[in-house]
Amino acid sequence: MKKTYILEDLDCAHCAGKIEEAVAALEAVEKCSLNFLTKKLVVEMEEGNVSAVTKEVKKIVKKIEPDVTVEEK
Amino acid sequence: MTKKLKRKLRNIILGAIIFLCALVIQHSASDINVNILLGIFLIAYFIIGFEVVKKAGKNIVNGRVMDENFLMMIATVGAFIVGDYAEAVAVMLFYQIGEWFQSYAVNKSRKSISDLMDIRPDYANVLRDGKETEVDPDEVQIGETIVVKAGEKIPLDGIVIKGNTTVDTMALTGESVPRDLIEGEEVISGCINLTGMIEVRVTKEFGQSTVARILDLVENAGSKKAEAENFISKFAKYYTPTIVVLALLLAFLPPILIDGDYFKWIYRALSFLVISCPCALVISIPLSFFGGIGGASREGILVKGSNYLELLSKAGIVVMDKTGTLTKGSFQVKEIHPAKEASVSEEKLLELAAYSESFSNHPISKSLKEAYFHGAKETAFDKKRIGETKEIPGYGIETHIDGNVIYVGNSKLMERREVSYEQVEANGTVIYVAEGKQYLGYLVIGDEIKADSRQAVEKLYKAGIREIVMLTGDRQAAAQSVAKELGIKKVFSELLPGDKVEKVEGLLKEKSEKEALVFVGDGINDAPVLARADVGIAMGGLGQDAAIEAADIVIMTDEPSKIARAMEISRKTLVIVKENIVFAIGVKVIVLILAALGIASMWLAIFADVGVAFIAILNAMRTLWTKAGKKT
Repeated sequence: MKKTYILEDLDCAHCAGKIEEAVAALEAVEKCSLNFLTKKLVVEMEEGNVSAVTKEVKKIVKKIEPDVTVEEK
Repeated sequence: MTKKLKRKLRNIILGAIIFLCALVIQHSASDINVNILLGIFLIAYFIIGFEVVKKAGKNIVNGRVMDENFLMMIATVGAFIVGDYAEAVAVMLFYQIGEWFQSYAVNKSRKSISDLMDIRPDYANVLRDGKETEVDPDEVQIGETIVVKAGEKIPLDGIVIKGNTTVDTMALTGESVPRDLIEGEEVISGCINLTGMIEVRVTKEFGQSTVARILDLVENAGSKKAEAENFISKFAKYYTPTIVVLALLLAFLPPILIDGDYFKWIYRALSFLVISCPCALVISIPLSFFGGIGGASREGILVKGSNYLELLSKAGIVVMDKTGTLTKGSFQVKEIHPAKEASVSEEKLLELAAYSESFSNHPISKSLKEAYFHGAKETAFDKKRIGETKEIPGYGIETHIDGNVIYVGNSKLMERREVSYEQVEANGTVIYVAEGKQYLGYLVIGDEIKADSRQAVEKLYKAGIREIVMLTGDRQAAAQSVAKELGIKKVFSELLPGDKVEKVEGLLKEKSEKEALVFVGDGINDAPVLARADVGIAMGGLGQDAAIEAADIVIMTDEPSKIARAMEISRKTLVIVKENIVFAIGVKVIVLILAALGIASMWLAIFADVGVAFIAILNAMRTLWTKAGKKT
């Protein structure tokens, strides 16, 4: 399934690239793409992994860009 | 302005005021205690740059040392250590102002782009238990009825079941002339209801609706990257390590070999690193493509990825399908010729033809019915007059009308039924009519060339298209006459759908590698060709899921002149992308050299970083400025 997160206050394109890379490297994530302009992070994963992945995503974002808040959609 | 931007701006202004006070004190009261002066400068420094220092600290804890924040911290702390307090605060101030403008520009661009795509409906008025309830469009089920009042956005696709109105499709198609809608017609989400109140029976869930698909398409267009974008990521891969090595050499080689002044050279190396940040490229290139795609969508041209926009700008050959692309694809009865020896009127001949085709949905049948009922949408056949009817594919129709056997079809049907008829050559499809063995006459059904087809061909040639090729399944005579009228020189006619793929493959082999081949079709039965071409463009995609699915670029309206418009947009976007690449890299290389030589100060270094990014972003936003709504 696809899940979309909105990364509020994301304003560094370089960091966006790093976040995308880190999320894509997560084991439960099949595919992911982060659109810097729409601030949308779309992650493809198995239905059962959603909560675990969400947690990981938040952790990654917190580490790379502490100012950014992750909103689930 | 977002909260974050406002807070930052406040800090910058407050810090700048304290900084100015500190400067005044420093210059007027020279006998002031150095520690007090340092204190004031430090207050200004922390108000302005606290976030930078905090981030740098956090990053170090997380094991990520090399970033802008860290560089700025080192540079400014260095200045404090050597006692140049004013320089330290000024550098931080300048950096923060630059960053602020950069964030502001990014926000602004995001806003303009989302304004462009402001077609998402916020609510739907659904009729439940006889009452109107306002709900999220997502919650409406197929088959429910929604009410759309004048001035409201149509939230879901459906069929009008009550009321007439006009709708504005501008946001979807760029077409400024409103469209009339009557009961029984399909309505598309994202249009704005202008005049009357209508009730609509919903035929698609919101997720599948036209507006949701368009938004999804445009927003995800970024995931298909253009070569220019890939170039930037590749460039950054080699660029960053190279710069770091150069900076290290600059910091330690000269002092060891030349003058032993470590501080001077480390400071230069720091400026060097500040300059090198590839932000300008990383942000502005995707932004340019996104702007171009957004601007195009405003004119009713949907581009599915930056790569297609890039390829389109290289187009050299345009292959066009005839029916539905250059011509309207809606057939019309052009001529009615009763046979001399048969005593039937034109009206009677048309009536027989229309009645025999009453059950068929073939485009030709439709045109006969339309002509007979003078364009009315409801067909009022007297069903009692029609007897047993048989459709023979490839021949025509055999039927009984008022008890008589009637044959309506092509020459093959006439021959099969041994009717003594007269073979006719005409510009269009000829339909023969016979009653039993008695020949009654023929009708000619033709397609009409679209109003702007000629202009479209001219514009394409002017835009530098080397060759325009027309493909059609139609007979040679009909194809040639259309091609001649439009000024197209190369025509392949009488092609089966499979032949079209072959022809396109042949053309693909002939062309040089640098130019792209564009195929334009109506997207209904040319999906394989759309897929085979470098860029597949489908025409008249509004409300046609198949076309939106198959093509790389979808033109929402029926106007072929939009193809040339799409090319203009793609070229403009690519020019802006190239400008940004050359400008950003050029300025950086020059300032890098100046920094190594010690001519560029930290100020100039910061300009080369954030200033260049800011200008590149502004330039990228030019892609959005299209002549939205203007007819091209």
